[in-house]
Amino acid sequence: MEGFSRRDFLKTTAAVGVGAAAGLGFPAILKAQGGGSVKVGVLHSLSGTMAISEVSLRDVCMMAFEEINAKGGVLGKKIEATVVDPASNWDLFAEKAKQLLLQDKVAVTFGCWTSVSRKSVLPVFENNNGLLFYPVQYEGEECSKNVFYTGATPNQQLIPAAEYLMSKEGGGYKKFYLLGTDYVFPRTANKILRAFLLAKGVPADNIAEEYTPFNHQDYQTIVGKIKRFATGGQAAVLSTINGDSNVPFYKEFANQGLRSENAPIMAFSVAEDELRGMDTSALVGHLAAWNYYQSVDTPQNKKFVQAFKAYAEKTKLPGGSKRVTDDPMEAAYFGVYIWKQAVEKAKSFAVDAVRKAVYGQEFLAPGGKIKMDEANHHTYKPVLIGEILKDGQFKVVSRSKGLVKAEPWSKYTSPDKGCDWVKEKGTYQKKA
Amino acid sequence: MVRVIVRRLRGVVVLALLSGWFAAPAAAAVPPPEVARHIADVASADGAVQEGAAVALGKTGDRKILPLLEALREGSVYVRGLPGGKKETVIVGDKVSKGDKTLVPVFSAYGREPLTGPGGKPLLVELSSLQEVSAGRSLRLALRPLIDAFSGQSDLINPDPAVRRAAATKMGNAGDPSALPTLTDALAKEQDRWVRHAVEEAMALIRLREGTEAERVLAARRLGELRSVNALERLQELSVDAQAPAVIQQAARDALKRIERWGLLTQAIEIGFQGLSLSSILLLMALGLAIVFGLMGVINMAHGELMALGAYATFVTQNWFTAHAPASFDYYFLVALPVSFLVAGAAGFLLERGVIRFLYGRPLETLLLTWGVSLVIQQGLRVWFGAANVDVTAPKWLSGGIPVMVGVQLPYNRLFIIGLAAVCVTGMYLLLFRTDAGLRIRAVTQNRGMAACLGVRARRVDALTFAMGAGLAGLAGCALTQIGNVGPELGQNYIVDSFMVVVTGGVGKLLGSILAAVGIGGLNKIIEPSMGAVFGKVLILVFVILFIQRRPSGLFAAKGRYADS
Repeated sequence: MEGFSRRDFLKTTAAVGVGAAAGLGFPAILKAQGGGSVKVGVLHSLSGTMAISEVSLRDVCMMAFEEINAKGGVLGKKIEATVVDPASNWDLFAEKAKQLLLQDKVAVTFGCWTSVSRKSVLPVFENNNGLLFYPVQYEGEECSKNVFYTGATPNQQLIPAAEYLMSKEGGGYKKFYLLGTDYVFPRTANKILRAFLLAKGVPADNIAEEYTPFNHQDYQTIVGKIKRFATGGQAAVLSTINGDSNVPFYKEFANQGLRSENAPIMAFSVAEDELRGMDTSALVGHLAAWNYYQSVDTPQNKKFVQAFKAYAEKTKLPGGSKRVTDDPMEAAYFGVYIWKQAVEKAKSFAVDAVRKAVYGQEFLAPGGKIKMDEANHHTYKPVLIGEILKDGQFKVVSRSKGLVKAEPWSKYTSPDKGCDWVKEKGTYQKKA
Repeated sequence: MVRVIVRRLRGVVVLALLSGWFAAPAAAAVPPPEVARHIADVASADGAVQEGAAVALGKTGDRKILPLLEALREGSVYVRGLPGGKKETVIVGDKVSKGDKTLVPVFSAYGREPLTGPGGKPLLVELSSLQEVSAGRSLRLALRPLIDAFSGQSDLINPDPAVRRAAATKMGNAGDPSALPTLTDALAKEQDRWVRHAVEEAMALIRLREGTEAERVLAARRLGELRSVNALERLQELSVDAQAPAVIQQAARDALKRIERWGLLTQAIEIGFQGLSLSSILLLMALGLAIVFGLMGVINMAHGELMALGAYATFVTQNWFTAHAPASFDYYFLVALPVSFLVAGAAGFLLERGVIRFLYGRPLETLLLTWGVSLVIQQGLRVWFGAANVDVTAPKWLSGGIPVMVGVQLPYNRLFIIGLAAVCVTGMYLLLFRTDAGLRIRAVTQNRGMAACLGVRARRVDALTFAMGAGLAGLAGCALTQIGNVGPELGQNYIVDSFMVVVTGGVGKLLGSILAAVGIGGLNKIIEPSMGAVFGKVLILVFVILFIQRRPSGLFAAKGRYADS
């Protein structure tokens, strides 16, 4: 302990303390100049288990605000962001949402990742007539007047992926192993996938379903089961495994001699940002289904990726120019712009006026043109199947023809339900 | 000899073609006239003409066509106008932006050789001056089997046996009779036993589908001999297929029986190995704890974090190798093993000298204190390395596995850990029971006062024992980088399992820990296939609780007159 004096210790501790306080505690505020300003909220976990994913969404939202402010703001007002940290704690999400709406009186909030956090803030936004843009693919079965969903619904991710695997082009697979982490998204996703596969004539014997706890590390038994299931080369794995369990899973898969040529894994929760901390050699050749990849080849995406890397470097975000963009980040980014366009169309920041103006709004997002639905608060998006490359990027192997309309209620599990905020009052029963 | 060289060369050429890159071609290859006509037709606006030309090109079997077919699928085929009104089909490479222009390098359609401009430099042309050849869905569908046939052929001569095996298995599953000559060729040259097995299996599978009656019966019999699990489904269909001749049905039934019996055997062996692997991991994690907790009576809540230190030491060693000795990267792990032992051991030594020695005999205080230390280490790792997981790449010799029998492949990383656990346990045993130092440790453990009276420096023994326990934790952390994630929370994931093993085994008993690890690991793997991972874990905990109820002091209770009991 000789080389480490008490002063050094104090300095380090102070630095760590200040860093933590700046990152976690106090709301960061972008100072506005002249012409007044408009307050918006950012509600993403900056600490706790979800921080790994959600911090990037905060970053990309802040970048969008900066871009908009540099071009004169919204309706002549600069965006002033109030960033709060709900710390991956679901109750705290509701508390912080209340604070944003009642105390800070924000015009709009961008936030949430996990479904449970969204469910926890939902009553707050509905009771106080707030406005939330939610950027992550989710299990559907929701239709709130106060939320705009810029991520994918099951029919924009799960179903096209299964369809691709069943098609001649995708390999004509006939058996499916549904594997997920044990919580609401994988359970609901697999319920929908199973209903879809059964409807397409896949016999129930050819569908296996299995769940593992969060942080599960020992995939020996499951991979052994998949190996027996996949004999004959007609089986694919549909994986909703979340978080860092993916690394041991893919490793074990490769080490037991299974390869993507004979049994591909189609992942729904593995994107570029997650691949950053992984040894990708075991993942190469496997598939994923998203609506955007960093490798999408459009001029506006090139600009977006470069801008984000430059932003990360300029603001000294950890990772700097090595940062990557991915699907939820793109959805968070264009959500900000959709809100801006809607405000400009409505010529007002009032929630009800803005909501109506969002309907049908179009935007040239980094991944291509997207469009907000006229009535169901979700987004028309393209669907892209990508193959994992060695550098942690994806090569697009199949893309949907045009944009796919979002179905918050899957026609395979809830054929009688629909979502419409123009002609109906949200979720309604379809007439037979 | 000449033939061997020619074959080698052919392999090289194919590889170069596949990677789509020629460093310096001597002269551009000229396609035969018929092929040239097809290449022109591929760019046709008429979908039917396009498809016909693509299929005809595929049928030529000319490997120089492969890049064109792949480019068609990717959408990187363009038509370039030549002076004199002529047109040429070309493949374009990655785009380069220059100002507001987008430039692309162009390659010949036949062989994908870079086209050169004046001065011999690779030609860059403006993308907008080219006309894109669009590939509709139906063309893309037609292209896939053509490309697969090519890549199957080239994969069969890939230097990596795993790739060759996968290619053969895929061909067998596809069941295309036109692949038979390629497979026969490959079999004649193949040396690797497991690739040979896959190739033979593929050939039998194809013959089972398309062949004379005698051939099909032979094929079914052969599949039975090969214990081909890949053929299970096909044979099942055949055995109940009323259309098939009776002899074939019978042959299929016989083969099925053989394969199924083999399947039971392999499954049993697999479960045995999985149990052994899990046990070795548990043992490795618990060994350090068994020494610290068992011999010294210190409840070390920071044990998990000492493992994390070992894992991060491995990460740092890996990075050092990437930066300073990339050529010998594969050996970083061998260096990381002692490094992680020393790093965690040193941390353990400091911990003991710094704080724990003041608290011997006060279990509650040590528990709280080591828990605090664990939080400090965890947060320290988070501040230093970031909250996200870090990437520890497996060295080549620990990736993949060794096929020991048909249907069973044992992963190298798990074999290595089993070996490591065995070495650690043996080393521990020898140290404790065959050396003077071990004698002193046991003496201090049993009766500190008496040992001190006889001249044993009890304090020093304490520090070294603790350091050794910590070092073993570091070693476990290093081994775990090969099967799990490395992050600041690594320790939290393993600490409960470690305590479970030590407590079940009986405090202070090495043999108890070994048996407990084997019991818990084996039981887990026997339960898991039928109950699933979640219930498996729950059941194991229930068993352990019931067991502790009946035998509060674990498998082997400490007997005799211990000073402090």
